Amino acid sequence: MDLEILIENVLNAVTAGITIGCIYGLMCIGLGLIFGIMRIVNFAQGELLMLGMFASFYLVTGGRVLSFLGPYWGPFIGALCAAPLLFAGGALIHKFLISRVSGLRTAGTLDEGHFGQLIVTLGISLILQNGGQILFGSTPVAVRTPLSSEAFLIGPVYGAATVFLNKAKLIAFFVAILVAIALYLTLEYTRLGKALRAAADNPTAATYMGIEVDSAYRIAFGLGAAITAVAGGLIATYISFGPFVGFDYVIIMYSGVVLGGMGSILGAFWGGLTVGFVQQFSALILPPQLQNAAIFVVFLMIVLLRPQGLFGRSAERA
Amino acid sequence: MRQGAGPHLRRSLAVLAGLTVAYLVLTLFVKNSYYQLILTLVPVWALFGVSWNILSGYGGQLSFGHASFFGIGAYTVTLAVVYWRLSPWLGIPLGMVLGGLAAIAIGTPTFRLRGHYFALSMLAYPLAILYVLQYLGFQEVSIPMHRDHPVAFMEFSEPRVYTVIAMALLAGGVAVSLIIENSRFGLALLAIRQNELAAEAAGINARQWKMRSLIVSGMMAAAAGGFYARVLLVVTPDSVFGMLTSAQAVVVTLFGGVASVWGPLIGAAVLVPLAETLQAELGTYLPGIQGVVYGIAIIGIMLLSPDGLFWTIRDRWFRPSGTEPIPDVSGRPAPARPAVAAPGTPLLQVENLSRSFGGLKAVSEVSFSIAQGEILGIIGPNGAGKTTLFNVLNGVLTADAGSAMLAGQQMLGCKTFEVCRMGVGRTFQVVRSFPRLPVLDNVVVGAYGAGMSDREAIASAVRALRQVGLDGQAGVAAGQLTNKQLRLMELARALAGQPRLLLLDETLAGLGREECDSVLAVLAQLRQQGMTICIIEHTMHAMMRLADRFVVLDHGRVLATGLPRAVVEDASVIEAYLGKKWLARQSA
Repeated sequence: MDLEILIENVLNAVTAGITIGCIYGLMCIGLGLIFGIMRIVNFAQGELLMLGMFASFYLVTGGRVLSFLGPYWGPFIGALCAAPLLFAGGALIHKFLISRVSGLRTAGTLDEGHFGQLIVTLGISLILQNGGQILFGSTPVAVRTPLSSEAFLIGPVYGAATVFLNKAKLIAFFVAILVAIALYLTLEYTRLGKALRAAADNPTAATYMGIEVDSAYRIAFGLGAAITAVAGGLIATYISFGPFVGFDYVIIMYSGVVLGGMGSILGAFWGGLTVGFVQQFSALILPPQLQNAAIFVVFLMIVLLRPQGLFGRSAERA
Repeated sequence: MRQGAGPHLRRSLAVLAGLTVAYLVLTLFVKNSYYQLILTLVPVWALFGVSWNILSGYGGQLSFGHASFFGIGAYTVTLAVVYWRLSPWLGIPLGMVLGGLAAIAIGTPTFRLRGHYFALSMLAYPLAILYVLQYLGFQEVSIPMHRDHPVAFMEFSEPRVYTVIAMALLAGGVAVSLIIENSRFGLALLAIRQNELAAEAAGINARQWKMRSLIVSGMMAAAAGGFYARVLLVVTPDSVFGMLTSAQAVVVTLFGGVASVWGPLIGAAVLVPLAETLQAELGTYLPGIQGVVYGIAIIGIMLLSPDGLFWTIRDRWFRPSGTEPIPDVSGRPAPARPAVAAPGTPLLQVENLSRSFGGLKAVSEVSFSIAQGEILGIIGPNGAGKTTLFNVLNGVLTADAGSAMLAGQQMLGCKTFEVCRMGVGRTFQVVRSFPRLPVLDNVVVGAYGAGMSDREAIASAVRALRQVGLDGQAGVAAGQLTNKQLRLMELARALAGQPRLLLLDETLAGLGREECDSVLAVLAQLRQQGMTICIIEHTMHAMMRLADRFVVLDHGRVLATGLPRAVVEDASVIEAYLGKKWLARQSA
């Protein structure tokens, strides 16, 4: 009997770890573009996620622009529609704020502009969080879909042990994987992707090769914002959230990116997946209040023990 | 004390005393109790900013988690009253002790990290503590009143008393910060911030100074947090460990001026009343307006005056002349020079030294020796492993195998600053200066690194500047020097530590012929004074004139050793430099 419960718990943790982990993986790719490749420390990434959630919320539930799509398709289309909005938002943030403390302007300076980036993105984060509270209110909201309370049942596999696959999470999982693959192919095989990677790797050299570094950065930052926003929209289908939700996720994102190894898009995805697994398994043994603390501890362990990441290449040179 | 620090410190303390009195007089005119509370909170947040400034401003170790220490102070004071009836008068010192211990616990693992990894990790600590406290059920703890002994429990009916205490704490913090700023502690931190590797190579134990600054900083932040808890009477994990609390320290300091003790004071005096007033006036309609204002303030400051108000104002109206006279050191004792062995006795003996990166053997079974008073030139094509050899010798990289004995002492396995203290000075291929510091301070860093007292260090630095002919530029910021002057300054920094051996990495790189000649003259003069030098160089004609002997490296191996004339005529050396075809054509 106890064994049945254990098996059921473990199996459910595995499936939840995979589904949620892949959504986290997508989220981490967004930060991976900005932090891993462009080396910009973006504190406001959690707030971009939050904006993605609210964009999806206002499109689907609040503003009802997409209500004609119905409660099944609507939330997921809404999540995808958050992408262009946040792409524009991210590009604007980069054009007016981030570009002044990053890229060519700070290449080769005392600390490569990290001080300035941390401060500016911290400021953006404060404005978006608190501005969000003014605009959206502090009452938690949710993108309503009946799918979030429905599940496919697999089993019973052992005795009465059954695996529950939440339908909202399952669809979100598929969408996340498709978006991640599309992005990977774009970056790996298109001209744009190559230009982005070149500009990120060595802005000065890329300029000499005729790449417009500033606009490449703007596109990369916008893409990073958009990808994270899509992940936010997907997460919004199964949790309720408020303007301060970004904070719970920003450490997950940094853990995933650092775990996967800086500068690697695939690594960021695997990193996010791993963090999702850790989170779901910690739920088996830890009380709910300590699950977030567990993620911080895991993050610290990763950074302290293996700063080059589990899947990463070499660490930065001294 | 650093050069000229005495009068500067006295002047700053006088300003501090004046400000304190003026502030306390101001409180006499404020009757409204809410404004009185704001007047008490300004020094508290200023003190928190001052504490952050010591680690992150002077030392450049960006911390986004200073709320750890603030919160530990606040919870210590609160829980001590609740459980042990311990007065805040004792609770605040107890909190400071715990804050210092927390600094050791946090710093020990975290100082292994640099740059944004450090900043991000620091962020995780207060948040982990926050969730643990919530789990343990300390969501909201209030300090109970003790009406029987009000004064013993820091309870006053006159709210201005709190302002006086807050101001006293702040004055203490500012005084500590000023002392640090004007001592070798501060100079070490500034050097680490500007270039950690150069600081290490100049003999500064970066990790130790960073740890000390974190301990001082953590204790100060805990004092601020402890008093804050006493003033507000209620603590919650979010209010003292939250993100916004950490941000407060960053925001007031950056706004006011980073790496200046006055910065946090200016920032707190402007921003705290502004944010509190907005919160009081508009908070009901616009919750969170405080955060929005803070965000706008730090972005605006970062874009308009990246170093903060203090520096912008100072640079515009009170720019120091930069032509401070070179100190008179004629009457000072000369630092004891290391006993110099007779010329010709071996000083450095390198045996079978190897170091590889993955499959690449950057340095492979290299053996050579340098005699006292000799100039050894290390030459070889690009990628031959010359700089890697230096990096292994002075502890920047570890060796895979082999040994390197300096006058019978093993160098390998020592940290960079320890190698420097054994008497090995080093310059870098790319000049690593401390651009914001005056030339004299740049050089004094090297003397401090060698463990000299203040008087000796300044005397030694001045002598080193004379040796390289830079005594006229002593007061100029290093950032304003020409390339040649920078090379000479780096040489002087290495000399100020009274080294037995100098490792010079392409000191002549990027210099024109005349500049090259004047640096060569300095080096030749050093040789006459008995200095032993190992130099990496590409400029052949210069090396032929300077070096006594050559070691030629190629693909990490020693290709040839010997007198310059013999080495340049060696066929294998010519092949390595110019290729087989060229050799065949020459001999044909």
